[in-house]
Amino acid sequence: MAEAEAAHGTHAEHAEGVHRHPAPTNFIRKYIFSIDHKVIGIQYLLLAMASVFVGMFLSILMRLNLTWPGTKWPILGTLFPAGAPNGIMQPEFYLSLVTMHGTMMVFFVLTTAPQGGFGNYFLPIQIGADDMAFPTLNMMSFWVTFVGFLVLLSAFFVEGGAPLGGWTAYPTLSAIGKDAGPGQGMGMNLWIISIAIFCAGSLLGALNFITTLLNMRARGMSLMRMPLTCWSWFTTAVLALLAFPVLLAAGILLYLDRNAMTSFFIPGGLVVSDKLLVDHKGGSPILWQHLFWFFGHPEVYIAILPGMGATSHILSTFARKPVFGYRAMVFAMFGIGLLGFFVWGHHMFISGMSPYSGMAFSILTLSIGVPSAIKTFNWIGTLWGGRIRFTSPMLFAIGFVSLFVAGGITGLVLGQTTLDLSMHDTYFVLAHFHLVMGVAAIFGIFAGIYFWFPKMFGRMMNETLGKLHFWVTFVGVYLIFAPMHIMGIVGMPRRYAQFTEYDFLKPLHSLVLLVTIGVIITATIQLVFLFNFFWSIFKGRRAGDNPWEATTLEWSTPSPPPHDNFAGIPPVVHRGAYEFSVPGAARDFIMQTEPEPGEASEIVSTEGSSGNGHNGHKH
Amino acid sequence: MTGRALAVVIWLLTIFCVALFFMGWWFPPSISEHGPAYDQQFLITIIVVGISFVLAQVGLGYMVWRYRDTGRGERALYSHGSNRLEMTWTVITAVIFISLAVLGQRVWASLHFQPAPPGTAQIEVVAQQFQWNFHYPGADKQFGRTDPTLVKDADLNFVGLDASDPLAKDDAVVASLAVPLNRPIELTLRAKDVTHSFWVPPLRFKQDLVPGMNIKVHFTANKPGKYELACAELCGQFHFKMKSYMLVIPGNEYDELVALPQAQFQARMGELLKKYQ
Repeated sequence: MAEAEAAHGTHAEHAEGVHRHPAPTNFIRKYIFSIDHKVIGIQYLLLAMASVFVGMFLSILMRLNLTWPGTKWPILGTLFPAGAPNGIMQPEFYLSLVTMHGTMMVFFVLTTAPQGGFGNYFLPIQIGADDMAFPTLNMMSFWVTFVGFLVLLSAFFVEGGAPLGGWTAYPTLSAIGKDAGPGQGMGMNLWIISIAIFCAGSLLGALNFITTLLNMRARGMSLMRMPLTCWSWFTTAVLALLAFPVLLAAGILLYLDRNAMTSFFIPGGLVVSDKLLVDHKGGSPILWQHLFWFFGHPEVYIAILPGMGATSHILSTFARKPVFGYRAMVFAMFGIGLLGFFVWGHHMFISGMSPYSGMAFSILTLSIGVPSAIKTFNWIGTLWGGRIRFTSPMLFAIGFVSLFVAGGITGLVLGQTTLDLSMHDTYFVLAHFHLVMGVAAIFGIFAGIYFWFPKMFGRMMNETLGKLHFWVTFVGVYLIFAPMHIMGIVGMPRRYAQFTEYDFLKPLHSLVLLVTIGVIITATIQLVFLFNFFWSIFKGRRAGDNPWEATTLEWSTPSPPPHDNFAGIPPVVHRGAYEFSVPGAARDFIMQTEPEPGEASEIVSTEGSSGNGHNGHKH
Repeated sequence: MTGRALAVVIWLLTIFCVALFFMGWWFPPSISEHGPAYDQQFLITIIVVGISFVLAQVGLGYMVWRYRDTGRGERALYSHGSNRLEMTWTVITAVIFISLAVLGQRVWASLHFQPAPPGTAQIEVVAQQFQWNFHYPGADKQFGRTDPTLVKDADLNFVGLDASDPLAKDDAVVASLAVPLNRPIELTLRAKDVTHSFWVPPLRFKQDLVPGMNIKVHFTANKPGKYELACAELCGQFHFKMKSYMLVIPGNEYDELVALPQAQFQARMGELLKKYQ
């Protein structure tokens, strides 16, 4: 395969309609070990979907335990005889749910679906390329990630169960082995291996995205004509390329501390369960926190940036208006990406890090609110004066804006060193990051699914079910996460298996119950989405090439697109991505492939079609 | 129809969120000298947050209500944006956000950039899974030597106190914290096994205890009483019940208490815990 790519990788052949790899003929190469970016994109989406439903199921168990601690749930006794003997959930089982929920959601949902899923499928098509730059590498990134997922799941089934240290895996709890608690033995090892594998897969993916975007744009597709989705996938890939190696390195060091008697994170003189640890000295638990959050904060933007891109794209399409402040949007994205690397210390104000560093990180952290606010203003600006069509994808995109504001704005509280003295590690933090990187990002994913489904499967999803899904989910997530702010103000700590021990937590019980009711309603309605998704693949109304009357390249090719995306005719781009409601135009949208009047001769020209966007653009 | 419904839902959810802040759930009353300044900074910030939140949601709802497609075939406004607007909102948000960040350093600086005043009473806090140990230096105001190799929980030597050290003779190690009213107190925070976090909600103060580090912090409590002390950093399976109490007691009671040797110290602490319910 690699040789074939090398031999046929020249751009001239695109013009003759020769794809770098032929369409697969057998089932395995077509659907399992496919090197077609479209199939890989769908594989990533399905992996994320499997992961999100497992993760959601874990969160329901967590809520049951928090709301009715000590209750007997006979079915759980059957499912998890060790974690819930006789159906009563044990505190270590609760904490393993916390760990696995966080790890699955952050890595295998929020990192895979928006980037590996939609980015894989639509980045090449939106820039007019026939595939990713390295199709085989692309296949490997998916399968590596998939193996990572299996390894993570296996942690549930080993002795001691899944680890209980949370997705942040702070040493020394994560470093000193099973004396620190059940799950900290084999389960913790598997967790580290899973994350290391995931890092490798993400790195391969990031390289591919960056190369593809820089080298394979169609003729006329200058950078500033790209859809904002492409900018967001590109920025995300750069962040992933810089952030994941650090987590990979940290993971390897932690693994060595656990299994090779090194002491990167373990200081001397520890006494665990009344036993002196004699094998370790000189390490620093805070070092892990620096490495982890150097990755972990950019990771937040890896999760949310593609959602921002999709939201901009969808708001413009259904408001029938050009994106307000396209350039500002691009620069704000870069601003967020860049500043995102200088704020990791705001997770560590009270960690024992120098309080002077805390001050610097605090000011940088509040600065990152500025590009975030710019994006919000521009989304509202895009709606202003529009002719909004309230389709399911549009509802989720508007929901994204609302939730991004709701979740993001409390960063102003948590980013201040002083206020963190009380708010750190309380439910206020949970509310903040679940809304902004969890729920808002998920709304971006839902918007993307409803929007691109017709392109991916050639059929429409059911609009009535889509709207029902939106209304209940939108109200549900506010019901879940708004009260958590209040719990945090009162002082409720995160990662408590029960709230039974403290008098100051007792008055919060009604809110705890309210949140659980919200969770049950919101989780139930996701079944409607699941049904709609699979039902529509087979029974949905047939979609044409361009059911939403959109402008970008994916809508100029059949639904679903042919193997090489454009049936051997590379597209030529004549204008920016969001030309809606142009005065004097025949329709209220002009596709990127439509030539300017008088420019018609160019579409039949085929020479130099690789272009990198350098030819034929008018800026 | 959908547009108007969405606008109304966005506004109702906004009202719901704001209303939650007026339902009576709030911080416990402050018991520390820096508490009122903390509360003021929180109030300023939450007002800025609240106003921004409400304006953004109301604005979003307005756009959704006002600019729905009426199906009359009118075109949307053809606009690519406005550099002047971009400049305006960038500058305004930058000024507000950075000002908040700067204001938000004051209490932090007062607690962390200045050392405790000379002569401040000292207590060593040694956390372990899932227990708090408080080591008081006794009448000599000097801590006896401790050594991890001497730790033996079974013999109740939780902090590894060296009994052969003369300075250790009058030391006391108990499971509750007592601090003097209206006097600064300095804690040296240590952890035996994993990271824990010292957290007394009404104190408006939290600090991790990290294995291998001696972290010194200071504060002044100014309201007598008995307050729940929680662990705020995930430390393992029984994290949720790693609980103790902090007593804030008048200076004379404190002086009497800390002059007592271990056995009487412990008994007196038990009485005080009952006295301050």
